[in-house]
Amino acid sequence: MTLNGGSKNGELVIDVRGLTKRFGDLVAVDDLELKVPRGAIYGFLGPNGSGKTTSIRMVCGLLKPDAGEGRVLGYDVLSQSSEIKERVGYMTQKFSLYEDLSIRENLEFIARIYELGDADGRVDRALENLGLVERQTQISGKLSGGWKQRLALACCMIHEPDLLLLDEPTAGVDPKARRDFWDRIRRFAAEGVTTLVSTHYMDEAVQCDSIAYIAYGKKLLDARTADIPAMIGLHAWSIEGPDLARAADLLEQEPGVELVARFGTAIHACGKDRAALAAAVQRVSARESLHAEEVEAGFEEIFIQLTAGRENEQFTAGQATAGKARA
Amino acid sequence: MNLFELSWRRVKAIFLKELVQMRRDRLTFAIMVMMPVMQLVLFGYAINTDPRHLPAAVELREDGPMTRSFLASLKASSYVDIVAVARNEEEGERLLRSGKASFLIVVPEGFERRLVRQERPQLLLAADASDPVAAGGVVSAVSEIARRAFAPDFEGPLSYLSASPAPYDIVVHRRYNPTGETAVNIVPGLLGVILTMTMVMITSIALTREIERGTMEMLLSTPVRPIEVMIGKTTPYVLVGAVQTIIVLCAAAFLFRIPFTGSWLAFLAGISAFIAANLMLGYLISTVARTQMQAMQLTFFVFLPSILLSGFMFPFRAMPAWAQALGEALPITHFLRVIREVMLKEAGLADVWGDLWPLLIILVALASLALARFRRTLD
Repeated sequence: MTLNGGSKNGELVIDVRGLTKRFGDLVAVDDLELKVPRGAIYGFLGPNGSGKTTSIRMVCGLLKPDAGEGRVLGYDVLSQSSEIKERVGYMTQKFSLYEDLSIRENLEFIARIYELGDADGRVDRALENLGLVERQTQISGKLSGGWKQRLALACCMIHEPDLLLLDEPTAGVDPKARRDFWDRIRRFAAEGVTTLVSTHYMDEAVQCDSIAYIAYGKKLLDARTADIPAMIGLHAWSIEGPDLARAADLLEQEPGVELVARFGTAIHACGKDRAALAAAVQRVSARESLHAEEVEAGFEEIFIQLTAGRENEQFTAGQATAGKARA
Repeated sequence: MNLFELSWRRVKAIFLKELVQMRRDRLTFAIMVMMPVMQLVLFGYAINTDPRHLPAAVELREDGPMTRSFLASLKASSYVDIVAVARNEEEGERLLRSGKASFLIVVPEGFERRLVRQERPQLLLAADASDPVAAGGVVSAVSEIARRAFAPDFEGPLSYLSASPAPYDIVVHRRYNPTGETAVNIVPGLLGVILTMTMVMITSIALTREIERGTMEMLLSTPVRPIEVMIGKTTPYVLVGAVQTIIVLCAAAFLFRIPFTGSWLAFLAGISAFIAANLMLGYLISTVARTQMQAMQLTFFVFLPSILLSGFMFPFRAMPAWAQALGEALPITHFLRVIREVMLKEAGLADVWGDLWPLLIILVALASLALARFRRTLD
């Protein structure tokens, strides 16, 4: 049920097909196709262990795909990883700079590794851009999560890459730092830098131009962010009341309710059949004297629903292969 | 409150967890099993503190029936292996200096004639005392070796010579270390041991540390090449090696009064190749080990034979052939010969070349292996 709504116009910075990676018996990424146009901010979403990191690593040449082909920045993804590495800025999920070097020393090291002219000047400018000038002599390992993330971004931008690959860059970072981070990414995008960013945060997902959603190694959705709610056609009701746990149990039994999830002080019941959903919600809320109103289905519900549908399928598939392996 | 109050169920929980972790770390487990096996083999079979089959040369200044049969008996002896027969003094000297022979037995001119006349001729034994342990064994056994070698000659008409004391005198020359001091042998050797220990250990964590700290992923995402990582990561330690070398040389000169008799050029060539080979050995370990702990254990795995099989502690020639072959593969074995020849035996570049080229081959082999093992991806 892969849906393709990605922009067709403009040059493709990432254009890969059939990317597959296995670790032993586990298929971490299965037949991944990704088309990212220049200057786009492409969101990469999916549950933990869905293959996001593996996919990003294959795109930047850190892992060799078992199958697949394509081009990144015009270079062959299988044979030209050196050329790709020179033009890509990759920010790892875990802080991967030298904790025993200072901020400045880390930046200088990266600048030299990329053989950049005027390394000192570039480091100065990078420190200024990211507001790290006063902290440049501080040891990187002692920085807080937000500052480490700023430093990591500065390091992967220092060679002015054409493509940024950011693997959960905002994990463990406070909301203010996250917002600053996204402001920067959008500025880079305006300058023509393409960004592929994986995230678990829905407020970040909606900032992306397009979203690819993968689960269990398979891409389930790939579309412009604005088009996604209509494509999925998910309808939602918000229900509030005294005993929400019981209400949730009851709603799950009702036909037409495909997903029940808790959101703060309310529960959301979702389903694709608008009429059946409304009837079900009204039945339960009348009986339990709850307050219910129709709301717009958010990304969170959409993705939970996508994954939930997939989980059972994957589980049975997994059982089948396990049985085969034993036989 | 009670310090000794314990729950066996919790003890069991920890015990089981440790067992599982031990089983996961296959390399550590293998080393723990291999270590005693290796020590048993090395100490039990390879090391022989009662040296036999030491390489010796005979310098015959006369060629009579008695000296010929003496030579034949020497060749049959288990104490020494006659590796060469020198025809003149110069040749004999060269064999001793290059280390091809640890002993030189000189039969002087007119020996046979004077022996028959009971004029107590002299038999000369020049021993390479730069290894006092090896020299000591043969020096103490030399009268017995000579008695046995001459025994067949002293039969029949010459039986009057077989009465004790022996009808000849044995003059022993301890070359390169006349007083037989162990420090003269040990201190130059220590330079090899110290350099092996530190160079291999420091570089063995070169890559494992990057992997453990997660910085390897960042490094691999840059266009850096394996050979650039290798050279960049190991060369800083050349400085460390240079400082250690200077310290040991100063100690040798001023504390132990060990002379430096040979060529500085030969020394520099030897020590450069040796330090580089050790750095590559350590770097190779860092491409094999997955954790810093494993790297340390592998370093000790290299270190043990480096001490036992190199000729540092025990005479190299006294070891069985398989142990000598293993020893030849270690950089330190060749370095020890180079440094002893250079410091004690007035050797020049030409004299040490025989051990310099194996060192260079080891260096190139280790570096190539390390480069081949370097993974450019995270696979």
